Amino acid sequence: MADRDQSEIGGEPLLRFRDDQPHDEPAVTLDAFLADQTPEPSGATAVRLEAGDDARALLPHLDRLALIEVSFPTFRDGRGYSAARILREAGYSGELRAAGDVLVDQLPLMRRCGFDSFAPEAEIDAATLRRSLSRYDYRYQRGADPIAPVWKLRGG
Amino acid sequence: MKLLTGNDLATGDVTWWTGSGWSRHVEDAADVGADGEAIARAEEGARRVNVPYVIDAAATPDGPRPAHIKDRIRALGPTVRPDLTLKPADPQAGSWVI
Amino acid sequence: MYRYDHYDQSIVDARVDEFRDQVTRRLSGQLTEDQFKPIRLMNGLYLQLHAYMLRVAIPYGTLDSRQMRMLGSIARDHDRGYGHFTTRQNLQFNWIKLEETPDILAKLATVEMHAIQTSGNCIRNISSDQFAGAAADEVADPRPWAELIRQWSTFHPEFSYLPRKFKIAVIAADEDRAAMRLHDIGIQLVERDGLLGARIYVGGGMGRTPMIAPLIRDFVAADDLMSYLEAALRVYNRYGRRDNIYKARIKILVHEIGADAYRAQVEEEFAAVKQLGLDPPAAELARITAMFAAPPFDPAAPAEIDRTDPDFALWLDQNVRAHKAPGYSIVTISLKPVGGIPGDATADQIDLVADLAERHSFDELRVTHAQNLVLPHVRTSDLHAIWQQLADAGLAEPNLDLATDIIACPGLDYCSLANARSIPLAQKLSERLAPVQHNLGELKMKISGCINACGHHHAGHIGILGVDKKGTENYQLSFGGSGAEDVSLAKITGPGFDEDGVVDAVERATDTYRTLREPGERFLDTYRRVGMQPFKEAIYG
Repeated sequence: MADRDQSEIGGEPLLRFRDDQPHDEPAVTLDAFLADQTPEPSGATAVRLEAGDDARALLPHLDRLALIEVSFPTFRDGRGYSAARILREAGYSGELRAAGDVLVDQLPLMRRCGFDSFAPEAEIDAATLRRSLSRYDYRYQRGADPIAPVWKLRGG
Repeated sequence: MKLLTGNDLATGDVTWWTGSGWSRHVEDAADVGADGEAIARAEEGARRVNVPYVIDAAATPDGPRPAHIKDRIRALGPTVRPDLTLKPADPQAGSWVI
Repeated sequence: MYRYDHYDQSIVDARVDEFRDQVTRRLSGQLTEDQFKPIRLMNGLYLQLHAYMLRVAIPYGTLDSRQMRMLGSIARDHDRGYGHFTTRQNLQFNWIKLEETPDILAKLATVEMHAIQTSGNCIRNISSDQFAGAAADEVADPRPWAELIRQWSTFHPEFSYLPRKFKIAVIAADEDRAAMRLHDIGIQLVERDGLLGARIYVGGGMGRTPMIAPLIRDFVAADDLMSYLEAALRVYNRYGRRDNIYKARIKILVHEIGADAYRAQVEEEFAAVKQLGLDPPAAELARITAMFAAPPFDPAAPAEIDRTDPDFALWLDQNVRAHKAPGYSIVTISLKPVGGIPGDATADQIDLVADLAERHSFDELRVTHAQNLVLPHVRTSDLHAIWQQLADAGLAEPNLDLATDIIACPGLDYCSLANARSIPLAQKLSERLAPVQHNLGELKMKISGCINACGHHHAGHIGILGVDKKGTENYQLSFGGSGAEDVSLAKITGPGFDEDGVVDAVERATDTYRTLREPGERFLDTYRRVGMQPFKEAIYG
């Protein structure tokens, strides 16, 4: 996993935890993406999920997608965490981006749900983020990341 | 009259806007008229108060008396623990609340 | 009881460091109150009427003397010499300074305690039966399962921004001492074909729209439980309502789509997540269970007891319950002195109870959802000495489950959400009913100062809800609720009362009960048999 890579897309700051280049094709809506599947798809490879969209609708198409952007309209709306888990559990390995009202204290949880790129509305303080991501040495439960839960470590 | 009240950010103490600063005692509270919201924004921005809000109150010979029981309890302290209120020695303090 | 290993300790220590960082950012203005609020709430820190309030987690209501003494010490050094035990089996400090909170959490961490997820829209402290491990009627000790769920739910990456708060209770007996079916998820451990598993109820709760949780799954094996809970929570996180805070609890989702549809969605999700290896191996439950092994009871402990002191005998009959081990007893310490503040304990009382637990109860204590304390494993021959010390400290009120054993939320004396005061009403009712309480028998009285129902008024044999009526306190009276295995929701009697009016109304209702009751009937039983009408006539007639 690459170190945090700070770049920009369309003037917005972007935090990435991937080795590949940021995907710069504009994301289409879920409805537009699904409508385009028949008879001859135009080949969109980036989709934006709104908080209420059903991530499962994308499961048949994951191998075609390079970027899925999940919207967080407010930091209190946690539906995107489940969307991320569902996509990763189904084997999606492309870029998974949390966009919108994404706060520094949420990034560790989002990372655990499988997000590997972030387009926060407000700037995130680099030092706070560094502390935040390195603070916990252990996790109680399995997430979408490869970290072994403590019950696994206890088992030896 | 209108009062501006909130809590101290660091300690949580109930505070009242005096016209020039903040006091723990409602007796010191000043009528903010129509300026409450503006003062609240400035003071909250400067972190001299947390969660400020404007309330209605009546002017009495003993000082301002908040219109709502919740703010009267905030001004005094818990009615069930007179020893922990701002007027532990005043046996009549509770009746001021009700 | 459970002991942290270095993994648990490391996680709790990291949380202290994280919260210290968050408080620093708030005090320096990097975080607005709007951003900080969910962060502090997820660590149990509220801003109440007079100060910050810190809710300390007491997982499944179990603690030892060292932890209890730390609570007493924090009460002295950082609060005003007392704490308040809650209906979630937790403890609240009412006079906390934000700037001191990181140090308080650091002290708690030295005794394996924390305030993690005692508020916020996340999975809250797991509650359980206060008699766990001591009761004769349990199929197993529910606490190892509760601990397994505590660990799974701690900083759960997917379920920290749920639509609303989420409460889970685990019990293991048919007698429900934890209001299990009034939780978002209620779990009853049951045996099937010699195997222990979980019976799952989902969608109960009190609050503005009280509901009794329907049965969603009859049996979940231990090694499927985390996957099943993951599925149950995921359906809620995705489809629970976020447009209206008052309709955001899982009970509304289950009610709106129906238990069958909810069950089907969970099963579908469960089939998918079961493949992911989320469930700890049996060895982990075994590791935890070993820490809850029964203490070394003395098989020769005498069971005889000298009942010649009538005051002691009264307390024995009311506050002491049979233990599964011969020669031992379960003692409930009432935090409901007549006319007192329900659930409050001074630092000195906290210390005394810690001493008693250390000397007489294998160093174990419990907190009950009815805001009392329990010494779970007491030698019957020690009871008299314990009773004397409790009586000297004002802790021997013989009123367990009687009319003065009132549950009351902090109400408008402390709480920023409250519409009316709960405590002064509890005090007046307690004084009024004390002379007749033994005659009245079991009578569960519960008072909430607002619609959020922290005082469990929906589950009261007599429930009282404080409301704001044009700026004055008004109280709605209701009858017929129960949080026990005969769970039911209370019904409102009619128009509300002022404080003195509701005390009079309760007395007229209990008088009516005394007139109408048949032998062996509790207030609740009589009410269920005769209905509301005779009570209504007595109160309003």
